[in-house]
Amino acid sequence: MANADVTVQRLTKRYGTNGRTVTALSGIDLTIRAGSVVSIVGSSGCGKSTLLRIVAGLDTDYEGTAALGGARIRGPGLDRGMVFQEHRLLPWLTVEQNIAFGLNGLGAAETRRRVEEHLELVGLAAFARAYPGQLSGGMSQRVAIARALANRPEVLLLDEPFGALDALTRIQMQQEVLRIWQADRTTMILVTHDIDEAIYLGDDVVVMSARPGTVRTVIPVELPRPRDRNSQPFAEIRKRIHAEFFGDGSAGTAYVI
Amino acid sequence: MTAAGDILEVRAAPRLPRLNLGRAGRWAFAAAAPVLLLAVWQALYALGVVRPILLPPPTRIAATLWSLIASGELPRHVGVSALRVLEGFALSASLALALGVAIGLSRTLDRFLDLLIQLVKPIPPIAWIPLAILWFGIGEEAKVYIIVVGGFFPILINTIDGIRQTDTRFVELAKLLEVPRWKFIRQVVLPGALPPIMSGLRIGLNVSWMCVVAAELIAASSGIGYLIMDARQLSQTDVVLAGMATMGVLGKLTDDALRLVERRLITWRTSFGGV
Repeated sequence: MANADVTVQRLTKRYGTNGRTVTALSGIDLTIRAGSVVSIVGSSGCGKSTLLRIVAGLDTDYEGTAALGGARIRGPGLDRGMVFQEHRLLPWLTVEQNIAFGLNGLGAAETRRRVEEHLELVGLAAFARAYPGQLSGGMSQRVAIARALANRPEVLLLDEPFGALDALTRIQMQQEVLRIWQADRTTMILVTHDIDEAIYLGDDVVVMSARPGTVRTVIPVELPRPRDRNSQPFAEIRKRIHAEFFGDGSAGTAYVI
Repeated sequence: MTAAGDILEVRAAPRLPRLNLGRAGRWAFAAAAPVLLLAVWQALYALGVVRPILLPPPTRIAATLWSLIASGELPRHVGVSALRVLEGFALSASLALALGVAIGLSRTLDRFLDLLIQLVKPIPPIAWIPLAILWFGIGEEAKVYIIVVGGFFPILINTIDGIRQTDTRFVELAKLLEVPRWKFIRQVVLPGALPPIMSGLRIGLNVSWMCVVAAELIAASSGIGYLIMDARQLSQTDVVLAGMATMGVLGKLTDDALRLVERRLITWRTSFGGV
């Protein structure tokens, strides 16, 4: 595909519940360049996950356009891989069977090769025959990433993928995702509520506001990778994002205990 | 006590008393309840509280059991009943599994058959006995038919429920990954439905044993049910109880066999073992 940008234009999503209409997303305009990493941050209920589900093709009832490489998204497709907050591994399948679950119509040899390649990519080759119940949360999520990447999608959609992990594992996983991205430059859209995570990984950080969900601002992160979370420029960007949420920084003091 | 000690004490969750026994200890602990029951029963006899003709003591039942085994009478009846259960259960299990999977996967078939199933299901297997005798006579077919009717519905209902409980998150995942229908059924639906299906099979087998005895009580010239009924007419309470005890043991052993199969098939599950 010549241009695998993800473009979202005047996207509006409404839910009808009990006769009332709730606007989840309103007039979203976004272009995510092929090969870039875009983080989307916002408080819960801002519609960031809904936006991701629309790009994934799981939600096709919306106004405006969402397109990948110029083609309107009409449903799920193998050109998009998705990782959820929970790993969604099938507990009765081994790690390698779970990765092969998404590989269909490739032939036995190619399937085998893809599984091995992606097990290697996430550093779990030794656990090919293990069952999900035997893995830690971080390992399970790495298998989920391998499964999503095994089809070689144009875009990897990450829906709060590390939200359920402890703080240390989360940082490890962020480094892991960065390494994977640097290896194959798959476009990534990362939905998160962790501001540091958004800055650490994103080329751009899309800040959303809630009810209705709109794009408040897009903050470019022009820092070389790997980024130092304790550096001054990192802190500057963090401060800017905080300001978007809590006002111009003075309100932030309320959170200092 | 230090402050830290206080905190630790507060955090310690209240624990239910739990015995820590070895393998042999656990076995002995489990055997204690039936042994206790037998002891009380024997004591009631020894104290002259119960009339032996109504409730013979365990020792006499044991003696009767032994002579029934030695004479080959009990093994013959057990063999006859077991064969009937085997035939009936194999038939009901295959029919119910096939239909259950079909109904579970097809909304249309479910809508078409649901009312019929709901109307036929509450009819007790025993109520089928007169009709079965008219249709099949008092031969083997009538008994097997009753067992099939009895085992069919618990297996069917559990299979349908199991398939309907397929995790919607996995359905979504399969949609995203464009997993072919057959692979989806084989790798998502069926393994997920396996625990309820196994429960259904165990209940079905249990019901099959009940049905064989019920059928034999009414019209048979062999089998454990016949042995019990025949002994009742001769007021041989010890034989009646020996037959009942045999049923209990056979039911437990065949259930154990299915549990073993279950454990082999469902290795991935970590289930709640009680507090």
